[in-house]
Amino acid sequence: MQSTGITSGGKPVTFPQYLLLNARRFADRPAMRFKDYGIWQTWNWAEQMVEVRNLALGLKAMGLGPGDRIAIAGSNRPRLYWAFCAAQSLKAIPVPVYADAVAEEMAYVLDNSGVRFAIVQDQEQVDKIQSMAERIPLLTDIIFDEPRGLRDYDLAKLHDYEAVAESGRAAGADAKAVSDWEAGIAASDGSEISAILYTSGTTGRSKGVMLGAARSVKAAEDTARFDHLDEHDEVLAYLPLAWVGDHYLNYAQGYVSGLCMSCPESPDTVPLNLREIGPTFYFAPPRVFEGLLTSVMIRMEDASGLKKKLFRHFLAVAKAHGEKILEGRPVPLSGRIAYWFGDKIIYGPLRNVLGFTRIRVAYTAGEAIGPDLFSFFRSLGINLKQLYGQTEAFLYVTCQKDGEVRPDTVGPAAPDVEIRIAESGEVQFRSPGMFVGYYNAAEKTAETLTPDGFVMTGDAGIFDAQGHLKIIDRAKDVGKLNSGALFAPKYIENKLKFFPNIKEVVAFGDKRDFGAVMLNIDLTAVGNWAERNNISYGSYQELAGLPQVYEMMRGHVEQTNRDLAAEPMMAGAQIKRFLVLHKELDADDGELTRTQKVRRSFIDERYAPLIAALYDGSSEKYVETEVTFEDGRKGMISATVRIVDVPVFPAAADHREAAE
Amino acid sequence: MNARIQHVELHAADDGLKPGDVMLNIENVSLSFGGVKAITDISFDIRKGEIRAIIGPNGAGKTSMLNVINGFYHPQQGTITFRGQARSRMQPHEAALSGIARTFQNVALFKGMSTLDNIMSGRTLKMNTNFFWQMLHVGPARNEEIAHRLKVEEIIDFLEIQAIRKTPVGKLPYGLQKRVELGRALAMEPDLLLLDEPMAGMNLEEKEDMSRFILDVNSQMGTTIALIEHDMGVVMDISDRVVVLDYGRKIGDGTPGEVKANQDVIDAYLGVSH
Repeated sequence: MQSTGITSGGKPVTFPQYLLLNARRFADRPAMRFKDYGIWQTWNWAEQMVEVRNLALGLKAMGLGPGDRIAIAGSNRPRLYWAFCAAQSLKAIPVPVYADAVAEEMAYVLDNSGVRFAIVQDQEQVDKIQSMAERIPLLTDIIFDEPRGLRDYDLAKLHDYEAVAESGRAAGADAKAVSDWEAGIAASDGSEISAILYTSGTTGRSKGVMLGAARSVKAAEDTARFDHLDEHDEVLAYLPLAWVGDHYLNYAQGYVSGLCMSCPESPDTVPLNLREIGPTFYFAPPRVFEGLLTSVMIRMEDASGLKKKLFRHFLAVAKAHGEKILEGRPVPLSGRIAYWFGDKIIYGPLRNVLGFTRIRVAYTAGEAIGPDLFSFFRSLGINLKQLYGQTEAFLYVTCQKDGEVRPDTVGPAAPDVEIRIAESGEVQFRSPGMFVGYYNAAEKTAETLTPDGFVMTGDAGIFDAQGHLKIIDRAKDVGKLNSGALFAPKYIENKLKFFPNIKEVVAFGDKRDFGAVMLNIDLTAVGNWAERNNISYGSYQELAGLPQVYEMMRGHVEQTNRDLAAEPMMAGAQIKRFLVLHKELDADDGELTRTQKVRRSFIDERYAPLIAALYDGSSEKYVETEVTFEDGRKGMISATVRIVDVPVFPAAADHREAAE
Repeated sequence: MNARIQHVELHAADDGLKPGDVMLNIENVSLSFGGVKAITDISFDIRKGEIRAIIGPNGAGKTSMLNVINGFYHPQQGTITFRGQARSRMQPHEAALSGIARTFQNVALFKGMSTLDNIMSGRTLKMNTNFFWQMLHVGPARNEEIAHRLKVEEIIDFLEIQAIRKTPVGKLPYGLQKRVELGRALAMEPDLLLLDEPMAGMNLEEKEDMSRFILDVNSQMGTTIALIEHDMGVVMDISDRVVVLDYGRKIGDGTPGEVKANQDVIDAYLGVSH
């Protein structure tokens, strides 16, 4: 990094300082793209700097000053990204809000953070804020990007972005205003708060995570270097603006590396825009990759016989050699040649259709990803990796190195991050980008930090023999068997759910003698299998109870036990007994949340007789269960559920000591 | 929006009328096909800037009324005055030239063409260069196409259909096809927009979207709208005035509130013993 003449002596320590630097060193390089009226518009770094300056001077004239909070709500638009930097250049604090938050949630964040201003995308956001006006007493002015539908609104407290930027442009005609602005940016030592990001609030009320400017910059520099990001990289900014992932991967890494960020035309056009832009760096949660794989497979079903054959053949080639080639491991020459052909006629075109042609680095995170799914994309030559992160860390805690990628771990600690596993099994970390504290909640901050300054993640994890972190469950869900062995239900459930034939799993074991599971078959996959094998069935219940299906499930559970046995920490939690549930777990019956997560306590109660049967040694149990039909009517279904024993395997010796 | 592309605003032409002035006046119009009387002695007016609904049970003559307004049918009796000019026999394309656009009860798009091309076809009447220039696609024809494309893109943006810009409309779900058809009508930048059951066959969410687009067209572009619709909730919510037809006769006319209280209307919809 070259010296910049910034008063702190050299390297920039805030994002606005990077803006000024980039406007000089990458003046002609693209900084931002946005598809508008069907045409990609591009701003280079010099132009982007002017746009940010105009907005900043306009906001300053409206009274935005150091320490003021300013809310930002909407989809991914250049102007909203500029609002971040414009606010930061005045030492004000941007507070992004999820665009799809309901008025209630939005009001909570706006009030909790005490924002004075809000920059929003459109009428929808204005309506939400105004409907909650009395709950947000400190908010005075709203600036909107799209005037559509706002013509008849009272414009006393509403401002068109265009007008604000215009006033900034007029103010910028005065050279002194510009040099004052630049001097203000240069004077910062990075000790100010750079942004407040609200946690999603899956565990109670969402909290405002305060991120320090210099810390954020440091974290972004570390990972940008780790993945060799530079001004030639391109990203598509399509993730929610208020999510730490978007703010980090696109905004923060973008400013420190000088890469070009593209904003999609609308949320609906993301797949199209992905193909047009062809990003070099990409992030998506596992379910997006799952959706892509499904759509590819479905479309292949409609292809001609020859194409199907080629596709299947070369997919097998990719499975055998693709990942090894990607990681530079030895591959026989015949394999290389076959893969080369496959790349020309299948993998290359497929990557192109998905918009992945130019991807150098792709990440996924957020939940466990199935090994087959993960391998599929990697075998096509896409460098997909996993990371583990948190808002409190300003994203990265661990990430996988190129060439050391595995589906079941999230990799070793990210650069400059310290991780330890507490006595309780909880993962704790200390990182360059870690948060300063929760906004207006000192006691919550204290609860989250250890006395020696580590952040408690609330996740339970273990290190494997290679020093890669495995996240196994939420710390509070991790229990112990009566034998004292660690029992992480979600870890076992995920392992089983990766079998396509298994849809849902509930694992039991905490304070019990051994591990046991209830399984839900996947009707599509198992039904398909039954059809192919000429097995007839009349209903879900009948299919689930078939001896052949039980045999198949037994195989899956055995395989899982074998996997668990290979992991010293988990070997004790092998599954001794299982049953296949006679009905699908359903959100209508309250068994799942609306986001399809198992509601453990409810199931404990509802299926108490079955759970008891798992542990009392009986081989079958008669149960009656109330179900809710889609039209709201209720009915009873009854079944005799069989319970089956599975062999367990001896635990592998812990190789770690030997290796050390 | 972005500073690079000059923002074009779609607007109804300035015809010298003020909002609230009578734009279209229908006086004692009767239409029959042989012995079948489709419309009998109907009079009402449409004022500039309003949303005017035409409702009535099946076979009441609503669509016939729209066809009369845009010159597809020619009434045997009565006069139609558009912007102060009484008109005699008028062809649909003349109606279109004078600023009347419409959508159809059954979507009438070019199924094999993309959304973009369908909406572009709505600009045909506004094109000045001739066929040969357009075929060569140089000079004035090229510039003209760019200008028209910009208007079309404005409509695509307005109706939020960017994601289906290049999709053949035959592949689209019905609700989106209706939206594309509205887009094509808007491409004419009409002063008077006739919508024949814009929400037929839609689910609740699609109806809400469509209602919002209709209201936005009305308020932002200043377009006067006459619509036929069966969903009474929608009609009562979005229209300024409602005219009710039954068996080709007018049985009610007024604000949604007045019409709802009208005994004849209630009888026509609920049925009475004769």
